[in-house]
Amino acid sequence: MTEKDPNLLLQHAPLLQQGMTTPQAMRDVLYALLPVTLAAVWFFGLGAILVLLASIAGAALTEWTFASQEKGGESLLDGTALLTGLLLGLTLPPGLPLWMAFLGGAVSIGLGKVIWGGLGHNLFNPALVGRAFLLATFPIAMTTWAPLTGADGFFTVQPSNLALPFMQSGTDAVTSATPLGLMKFEQQSTPLVNLIIGNTAGSLGETSGLLLIAGGIYLWMRRDLDWRIPVSILITVMIFSAILDMVDSTRFPDPLFSVFSGGMLLGSIYMATDPVTSPITPKGAWIFGVGVGLLVVLIRAFGGLPEGMMYSILLMNAATPLIDRYTQPRVFGRGKALT
Amino acid sequence: MNPLRLLRRSFDHGVHPAHLKEQTADLPIQRVPFVNRYLMPLGQHIGAPSRAIVTVGERVRRGQKIADATAFVSTTLHSPVTGWVRKIEGFRSMDGSFAPAIEIEADPYATQQEERGDPLPWQSLSIEEFIAAVQEAGIVGMGGAAFPCHVKFSIPDGLKIRYLLVNGAECEPYLTNDHRLMLERPDDLLQGAEIVRRKIGAEETVIGVEVNKPDAIEILRRHVKPDQSVRIVPLQVKYPQGAEKMLIKSIFDREIPAGLLPRDVEVNVNNVGTIIAIFDYFERAIPLIERIVTVAGPGAAYPANLIVPLGTPVREVLRFCGGLKEETREVIMGGPMMGRPIASLDVPILKGSSGILAFTEAETAGRKEYPCIKCGRCVEACPYFLNPSRLARLSKARMFDEMREYSLMDCVECGCCTFSCPSNIPIVQLIRTGKDDLRNRKETEQ
Amino acid sequence: MTGLGLILSSILVVANRKLYVYEDPRIESVNDMLPQSNCGACGVPGCRAFAEELIAGKFTPGQCTVVTDVVSEEIAELLGVDVGGDEKRVARLACAGGSNVARQRVHYLGLSSCQAATLVAGGGKGCTWGCLGLGDCEEACDFDALFMNEHGIPVVDPDKCVACDDCVDICPKDLFSLEPVTRKLWIPCKNLQFGDAAERECEVACNSCNRCVADAAPGLIEMKHNLAAINYELNHLADRQAIERCPTGAIIWIEENGVAQKGVDAKKIIRKTSLPVG
Repeated sequence: MTEKDPNLLLQHAPLLQQGMTTPQAMRDVLYALLPVTLAAVWFFGLGAILVLLASIAGAALTEWTFASQEKGGESLLDGTALLTGLLLGLTLPPGLPLWMAFLGGAVSIGLGKVIWGGLGHNLFNPALVGRAFLLATFPIAMTTWAPLTGADGFFTVQPSNLALPFMQSGTDAVTSATPLGLMKFEQQSTPLVNLIIGNTAGSLGETSGLLLIAGGIYLWMRRDLDWRIPVSILITVMIFSAILDMVDSTRFPDPLFSVFSGGMLLGSIYMATDPVTSPITPKGAWIFGVGVGLLVVLIRAFGGLPEGMMYSILLMNAATPLIDRYTQPRVFGRGKALT
Repeated sequence: MNPLRLLRRSFDHGVHPAHLKEQTADLPIQRVPFVNRYLMPLGQHIGAPSRAIVTVGERVRRGQKIADATAFVSTTLHSPVTGWVRKIEGFRSMDGSFAPAIEIEADPYATQQEERGDPLPWQSLSIEEFIAAVQEAGIVGMGGAAFPCHVKFSIPDGLKIRYLLVNGAECEPYLTNDHRLMLERPDDLLQGAEIVRRKIGAEETVIGVEVNKPDAIEILRRHVKPDQSVRIVPLQVKYPQGAEKMLIKSIFDREIPAGLLPRDVEVNVNNVGTIIAIFDYFERAIPLIERIVTVAGPGAAYPANLIVPLGTPVREVLRFCGGLKEETREVIMGGPMMGRPIASLDVPILKGSSGILAFTEAETAGRKEYPCIKCGRCVEACPYFLNPSRLARLSKARMFDEMREYSLMDCVECGCCTFSCPSNIPIVQLIRTGKDDLRNRKETEQ
Repeated sequence: MTGLGLILSSILVVANRKLYVYEDPRIESVNDMLPQSNCGACGVPGCRAFAEELIAGKFTPGQCTVVTDVVSEEIAELLGVDVGGDEKRVARLACAGGSNVARQRVHYLGLSSCQAATLVAGGGKGCTWGCLGLGDCEEACDFDALFMNEHGIPVVDPDKCVACDDCVDICPKDLFSLEPVTRKLWIPCKNLQFGDAAERECEVACNSCNRCVADAAPGLIEMKHNLAAINYELNHLADRQAIERCPTGAIIWIEENGVAQKGVDAKKIIRKTSLPVG
């Protein structure tokens, strides 16, 4: 009995695990957003990269400042701050002054995540908290949409990008209207093909429907995404806007336009599906999606703003704990349906 | 009944771990020779511990009863070896508690020659006599839970058993002991099932086997005799297919209401190993003194399927098959999903030990825990439709009473949630902590 | 609108009169003097409940273990009752097996809580009964009266301890108990193994040598299941004689100020580092 025993460990079963980890899931979303990011740069020029980098920098710096103290900066490594910064950046207009983007990133992480207790504890989608803050604070800059630059203007940087903090940004910026703005204020539709490819004015990452959907399919295949949420949002929007369209087709756009315009795809595939702020139960996910869909059509059709994706997601975020509470699945062997 | 479900032969939710059975699936069962020391804990089954009926220094025969049942939910122990009782005192048991056990020193001349006795006249036994006989043989559920088997056979008035369900699913990765039993002793298994079926008055025997064991399904089908009323049901490969309630859901599409037992839906479930033990007792008069153990895992030098006398220290079993590889970091008794890690190789093989699995650094280390992001993978994995994410959060906050509202006590600790968690949260351990706390509090209140 | 306001306010006035419950004003003033820690050590839920019980005469002010004696006396004076109260009790740990003296048989990896570790083969400690040292009690203590020392053993500060029972409840190994400070003899060990078996797990375990039984007043200490047990009913007979010959220091003498002393024959523990695992 002298052979040496191995130095044993006690670790609770199960010892087997599927391979996915949380940082990996975050990286997956980053990968899925890569084509969209590249498209943003293609459509809006170098300025797009600067806006994205500014908002990522704001988010990462805030994360590093606040969250690192306890665990030595570990929370920066799980990639969530990066993702929040990128998502926020993709919702910003191309001509936004960089300092605003940076501030938005900082607010996203600071007010959207850190004060709630860090990753997994926040009630609202951090990126959208940052965007809501920017929209409330700088309404003009946030609704000034720079036109597409196209291939020849690749190296152009919008002059408004470089505005100094708290100075009046140049009012002579060239602007153009988003498809939703055109629809709302001028009852003018945009061809669907443009919406799908993405060569329209709008926020950096919301224009190209095709790439957004492709990224969504990638995430669904990696099982990083609760498919119920985007599917229920899009179906609700289509049905509801079809009804409105039948009532008055000059005021209300057709269903496909509704789905492919504005932040609809970016929001429903990448923002509403944020696992932390959406219901965990399958039934809850359906309710959440339908809720977002109804709210967004209502805001777009009857509200003062052309776009309503952000507010509808934030509102449903607030309802998530309640939805979760009332949609617990029926426990095996309990309740009705026992044969 | 949903016809689609019958085609699928499965339950809802659950996970798909790698099978990892290749190591031992083709290895015939071998016998482990006697070693010099055996340790028989008195409480190796669920229920009241047995009471020793031998004294220190007494000579015992292989198969002799050494401890008696102390209650109905309790069972007997038999000496696995001919030798002398050396100690009856406290030993550190597998779960970490200090519990009494009988230590037997083997006679160096003891042999493992099968001492077959005359078959018991089981045909003429009444159901009460049959139940008493099963208790006398010390037979417990051999799948891992070690629930005294005779208790399941005592059916209250007004209930009738229609199906005897033999559990050959073996859904835990690595384990192949039931698989090998089905391959090597199909006739004995079918005969054992026939004994039980006749005695409990069931109409049909149903043997559920996961389809990753096609050879077992094939061989059982071939060996069914015309007078035996047996149906072999292939099951989808999915964990935890072998959990009693899931198995019944898969095969009969019946959901056992919480708090009730299989007998309430007219089914009696027994593991393959249990049926073989019953066969051994009634046809060969051998009580439960040995069991089949799978030794496997990345840390095992020579994986094997073994017949191990009960009470053999794990160390000796491992030595028989070449010991552990140097890089072994953890040894688990049972399967990798629900087994229990052991802290010392001196713990003995118990009636419920289905496997000895050795794991290395790769499976145990480097599990950094991340915050729960409520991704819902655990919710979609839980075969009992609980909300493991919520339960884990509540347990971390020590809000154990609220855990009860989320049906904490319905959890069977199958491990699907922890398996599927990308944040590496030890959900099962958190849930067990909550259960433990509530149970302790209940005890103090009483 | 004014009419509506008048009607509603008159309803409020009526309700106030009708539904008024008389409350002894002393409850409020006593409650203000209580610590508001709501610890439950007195046996009722919360300080206000204690104040009500005080007025009702079911408790005496001294039974609040949190307030200082001065405040207890003030309350007694206000209510015109005796201070009363039990003798001071503190939480004591029946284990001294820090990582420098007690063997760790395996590494435990998982949730850092004693309660969770107990579920995994009883935790990594060699001794079945010993303190796991993961600090559930430190976390449970609301009064900062408990801290884990460098060897992973909780140390109770007798001045801060209010005998609230929280650590007693939470310890999965049931190592804490509330002991009156007048009990000076104490056995910080729960190991039921005999002799060398116990000492193999822990250098300061009781090895059932019976010396303390022989040295103490007859009947004060007896050996139960290989562990010395003190009969505190004979506490008045206790003296330091009992601890002097203990070879491992498993019986100690605790002064009322909390200073613990081992006997002269107890082996000296000079190791500061942890024992190797295995």
